[in-house]
Amino acid sequence: MSAANELDGNAMAGDLGEIFAVDVTQAVATCAGCGHPTALAALTLWGPAMGSVARCPHCEDVILRLTRTPGQAWLDLRGAVTLRIPMPPDDPQ
Amino acid sequence: MAESRWETPSARTLVLDVPDWPGHLPGQHVDVRLTAPDGYSAQRSYSIASAWPKSGSEGGSEGGNVELTVQRVEDGEVSSYLDDILEVGQPIELRGPVGGWFVWRDEPAPVLLLGGGSGVVPLMSMIRARGDVRGKQPFRLIYSVRTPQDVLYADELKRRVRDDPGLDVHFVYTREAPEGWPEKPGRINVPTLNTHGWPPDFAPDVFICGPTPFVETAADILVALGHDPKKIRTERFGGTP
Amino acid sequence: MSIINAGFGGRRRSSRPDLPPGQYLTEDFPVLSAGPTPRIPLDRWSFTITDEAGKKTSWNWDEFNALPQEDFTVDIHCVTKWSKLGTTWRGVAIDTLFENIESAADFTMVHGYGGYTTNVPLEDLVDGKAWVAHTFDGEPLHPEHGGPARLVVPHLYFWKSAKWVNGIEMLPQDEPGFWEEAGYNMYGDPWREQRYQGD
Ligand SMILES: Cc1cc2nc3c(=O)[nH]c(=O)nc-3n(C[C@H](O)[C@H](O)[C@H](O)COP(=O)(O)OP(=O)(O)OC[C@H]3O[C@@H](n4cnc5c(N)ncnc54)[C@H](O)[C@@H]3O)c2cc1C
Ligand SMILES: [Zn+2]
Repeated sequence: MSAANELDGNAMAGDLGEIFAVDVTQAVATCAGCGHPTALAALTLWGPAMGSVARCPHCEDVILRLTRTPGQAWLDLRGAVTLRIPMPPDDPQ
Repeated sequence: MAESRWETPSARTLVLDVPDWPGHLPGQHVDVRLTAPDGYSAQRSYSIASAWPKSGSEGGSEGGNVELTVQRVEDGEVSSYLDDILEVGQPIELRGPVGGWFVWRDEPAPVLLLGGGSGVVPLMSMIRARGDVRGKQPFRLIYSVRTPQDVLYADELKRRVRDDPGLDVHFVYTREAPEGWPEKPGRINVPTLNTHGWPPDFAPDVFICGPTPFVETAADILVALGHDPKKIRTERFGGTP
Repeated sequence: MSIINAGFGGRRRSSRPDLPPGQYLTEDFPVLSAGPTPRIPLDRWSFTITDEAGKKTSWNWDEFNALPQEDFTVDIHCVTKWSKLGTTWRGVAIDTLFENIESAADFTMVHGYGGYTTNVPLEDLVDGKAWVAHTFDGEPLHPEHGGPARLVVPHLYFWKSAKWVNGIEMLPQDEPGFWEEAGYNMYGDPWREQRYQGD
């Protein structure tokens, strides 16, 4: 079953794209477990059933979880100290 | 689906006419959702095989169709529907284009592409995009495939190697090689990547895509050979060895 | 609005009146993973019950296997909608493990190697309702399915049947485990279709 696939964080782009206005798979998460920075797209992804579980490729700790229940998306990012999101440069004032 | 063509006996390219398609970058994918009449549904990701013409470049901004190439997986719920049941004229539900990470952005660095089986699909989009803009970056594809009959885009690859300057392709056959092929069939290994990949000090941008075991093996070998893990981007398609 | 794909049947599946609502019958044994499969050498395996005061009672593999063993045949129901009927297992009843445990706590957190957790009320583990199983279908339980040993609580959705189980922690009040924190139901009764929080 595809339920047990081990994939790359890339595959979350569709699900996260429904929530965020920017492509957060390019954002860099700093692992709360080991401090290693990794782009969400490069996390090790397990799922999609019962939800997506994205782990740090260095220490295997869970960095992000995303589950869908009827009418709701649950995003758990407590495995990330920060999320560094690429943004267009500020307009000069 | 506007039209379709068989690339091999077990892989079909679906040419999709998508209203309001915003264009895409080479390497992006879509999520396809199928829904049965009783409400049961299944969703899978498929890479986009076609390139989208850049506005201003040859071909204009008019775009074109979105092409997916689906390899039939044994007992595959979604792939067997897309290959064998979906007919021209019928609709499918798509979400995308998505993913901005496993993407080639027409940068000057040399590019090493490693594709296993249908993992060649997003790499083909990169090769096509480079061809469209007449890119000059050295581009090398190492394509691991079971048998010569399983090669996707075989004729187009041959033609592009001839016509696209700086593009070359090396095949690795895992089950059965063509007659007279110098290497025994086998999985991708250190000697192959040492001989046919580029040395780490060439600092290529590396894209690896295919079944999960292939991607892991190939990435491990490149790192062991001294490639910078930061320059290696992977897209695992799933599947067990 | 979704497009209905008339010719799409999906995986062969049949719903039956004797299955919990929304479930389909499957013959194979799908694997669901939230992380890499831990490989636990039997000489390093242990199972520990921790009471609410922190007191631990542990069994190593040999001690665990020396306990009275039971064969049981049960139906299992996964929240991803497959059900599998008449599965046969061998293992140790939770009642046996709790024989000498003194605890006033009503709730438990079940732990597995790899960090998985799931909460189950104590009353749903005892009185012949749950086991720690090491054999499936006459064979040692495969690591993919939770071997060396997994919890089997067949009357709740199967995510409660923690794979690679290594302990039960007694809790004075109910707390959410791995999936329960992320929107899944605290209890998970398939017959009342308690899939998600609020069901
Ligand atoms: C980002 C991304 C892009 C993808 N792009 C493409 C693409 O361009 N073309 C393409 O053909 N596929 C692609 N895939 C794979 C695709 O999403 C499906 O996994 C594949 O089509 C199988 O789905 P299924 O429903 O037919 O098989 P399932 O019913 O899910 O699985 C049936 C059996 O096949 C095995 N299996 C599952 N997936 C694979 C696999 N990828 N390879 C080998 N065995 C497998 C399962 O373990 C199972 O035993 C991509 C996957 C991802 C994550
Ligand atoms: Zn980490």
